[in-house]
Amino acid sequence: MAILTARKATKRFGGLVALDELDLEVREHAIHSVIGPNGAGKTTFFNCVTGFYRPEAGEILLDGHSLVGLLPDQIVRLGISRTYQNIRLFPNLTAKENVLVGLHSHLRAGFVGIVLGWPATRQEEKEASEEAQNLLRFVNLSAKDDFLAKNLPYGDQRRLEIARALANRPKLLLLDEPTAGMNPRETQEMMDFIRHLRDELGITILLIEHQMKVVMGISETVTVLDYGEKIAEGTPAEIQNNPQVIEAYLGRRSEVQARSASG
Amino acid sequence: MRQGIKIGLIGGIIEVLLALVGMVEAFSQRYIISDVISMGQTLLLVVAMFTGYLAAKRTNRSEPLWVLANSLISGLIIGGLLSLLVILGSMVRLRAVFINASPDLFKLLTFNQGIGTGILLLLIFGTLSSSLSGLLFLSPSLLRGVLIRSLAGVAMAGLLQDLLRAIFAPWGPIAEINQWFFPINGLTVQGAVSLFILIAAISYFWRKSGSKMKTSLRRLPPTNQRVLRITSSFLLAVILLALPQILGLFLSEVLTIVGLFVLLGLGLNIVVGFAGLLDLGYVAFFAIGAYTVAVLTSPELGFLNLSFWGALPFAIVAGVVSGILLGIPVLKMRGDYLAIATLGFGEIIRILVLSDFLRPWLGGAQGIAKIPRPSIGSVEFATPQQIYYLILAGCLLAGFISWRLRDSRLGRAWMAVREDEDVAQAMGINLVAAKLLAFATGAGFSALSGAIFASKLGSVYPHSFSVMISINILCLIIVGGMGSIPGVIVGAIALVGLPELLREFAEYRLLVYGAALVAMMILRPEGLWPEAKRRQELHREEAPEIESASGAASGK
Repeated sequence: MAILTARKATKRFGGLVALDELDLEVREHAIHSVIGPNGAGKTTFFNCVTGFYRPEAGEILLDGHSLVGLLPDQIVRLGISRTYQNIRLFPNLTAKENVLVGLHSHLRAGFVGIVLGWPATRQEEKEASEEAQNLLRFVNLSAKDDFLAKNLPYGDQRRLEIARALANRPKLLLLDEPTAGMNPRETQEMMDFIRHLRDELGITILLIEHQMKVVMGISETVTVLDYGEKIAEGTPAEIQNNPQVIEAYLGRRSEVQARSASG
Repeated sequence: MRQGIKIGLIGGIIEVLLALVGMVEAFSQRYIISDVISMGQTLLLVVAMFTGYLAAKRTNRSEPLWVLANSLISGLIIGGLLSLLVILGSMVRLRAVFINASPDLFKLLTFNQGIGTGILLLLIFGTLSSSLSGLLFLSPSLLRGVLIRSLAGVAMAGLLQDLLRAIFAPWGPIAEINQWFFPINGLTVQGAVSLFILIAAISYFWRKSGSKMKTSLRRLPPTNQRVLRITSSFLLAVILLALPQILGLFLSEVLTIVGLFVLLGLGLNIVVGFAGLLDLGYVAFFAIGAYTVAVLTSPELGFLNLSFWGALPFAIVAGVVSGILLGIPVLKMRGDYLAIATLGFGEIIRILVLSDFLRPWLGGAQGIAKIPRPSIGSVEFATPQQIYYLILAGCLLAGFISWRLRDSRLGRAWMAVREDEDVAQAMGINLVAAKLLAFATGAGFSALSGAIFASKLGSVYPHSFSVMISINILCLIIVGGMGSIPGVIVGAIALVGLPELLREFAEYRLLVYGAALVAMMILRPEGLWPEAKRRQELHREEAPEIESASGAASGK
């Protein structure tokens, strides 16, 4: 069953068509990758799904409910959360506070309750603190809970961003290049971690990735975008042998040959 | 060497400017140590010593001789530049341009010794003070810390002599301290020396065993810790309650002004410090609070003639509502644009209040007078000593609310908005609600402060609500430490209280503000009393240890 469906989703920036009638389906509990050359519209698609951009035409549905026109804070409450290509933590908050901000929409405390310190508010805050600590433990950061996010090393920041996204309690997690800038060992750890997320927490994962090793290693379905259009979709094995994909990445065979001949 | 020359030139130019704007002369009326060193001379001395220290610190080579040479050169340049000023002053009539370049100033600069000897003394003064601080830099850190603290302590005691004198005066035998330390103008020599030794002893002891004491305190059983906490907060409460009685009338007046600014600062701290919304029109809510009380209570206008307490809720509600009304149009604005829009709002309110059109309701330029004082039963809050308690209650309330909010869901939402608005929204934070709540809360505190202000003065005038108030509040937050609640208090004392105590400063208030802000940004950007979290950055060197430890753990 599809958890996320895009039908003829279109997004233009002036004359540039960033997404061109994109059809895409993400099955529940899948690990689904979106790949494509730079400027293919991958991140634009993420931004349309999470409400940062509003597509001009077409629809995007989560479990059959339309997301178009909703604000990011409404969409995250429906169960979609994301990470960013260039890490966007709250730099001057501690690791734990970052995760607690992620829990925001699941907490109820209001102004009066907080100021008067009602028992229900205190209880909620205590539970939130425990949940945040658990999430930090889950991403191996429980020892650094009071570090300012900006002082954490790169790999920790990536994992903290995921912990913060998990605090939204998503059904669908969008990861934008989770292994960017990582060395092979860290990349392998991240792959294991993503699989772990899906298997343990039952979260559907949609990711943008450039490293072919990661894409082929963990995804069940791969969608290839080029110039905002879907040019191929299938299992990793199918994609690897798809002539159109090779063309999009490397240029046409004749061109390559011509170039190598002239070069 | 180059560093020494460069820093020396900067220091020297600062000294010359301080002399030419008249600060040195104005400050020399007051003595730090009676008949030995005046405040003006201290100012020159502090700048020279700081320059020498900086020159020593910036030396590229670590050999002590080089370090010393650098600070010495910087001091020589300072002395040289001041001498140049003196020579120039004796040849040209500088007064045509710099009205403060008076004969008195030159007499002061030459130590009253005529040009020849004076210049020699100036050069000696420069080299001596800066090389002393070069030596200070080279001395072991324990000694250095103790010496700097004691020197600063003596200077502070001299600076705040009025305050200290007033504190000790009413205590019978203790008042003898005044005779010993500061009989008329400035510390006595024996007083200064004994104070120096006292502070040195205390800070030496603290340096040696302060951290040990802290850990042993932390190791106390929880019940004892609780007793300790309760006792200390009880003590604090007693001090706060007794403060106006100890300080007397004039200082209580200063205290009430500081208190009003603390209240304002706490409000703006929520808007700027927590939520990161740069609001330059914050004085508008202060005015709205004050005018609401004035209009509702003053018999001069005769609308309602409510009591202060009857008008107070209306004032706060008016503040909150106008906070929301201002918030709505600027919701989409960020950073500089927001600052300019709010600046405009502040001016609009002031001009409206001033306008002839609204004169029948708001009194125009004449303002509104005869605002009744607040009273509980038959007790009237009339004198500053009585108003103080009202302000204290307001500050405690605002401080408590800020403190509760800071570590809550809402406080975190504000800080998330401050850090990254887009991501905050993607974390499920309703930006509209979060921003409006911040504006409303801040405006509420401000209106409360305005309400008390109106009834304290008994009258309100449009010119009390100029944009400078907004700037002052913003400055005190920055100096205290953005987002820090105790920082607001420290900032208010430093930027509002101190200038009130040192009347000589009044003329140079803005200059000192500017200098203080620049110095803060360079030396201590996190503020005088930063949030605990932000202080962590200062101890970054401790981080790698933990890092490697947990790195090994996460390696599985």
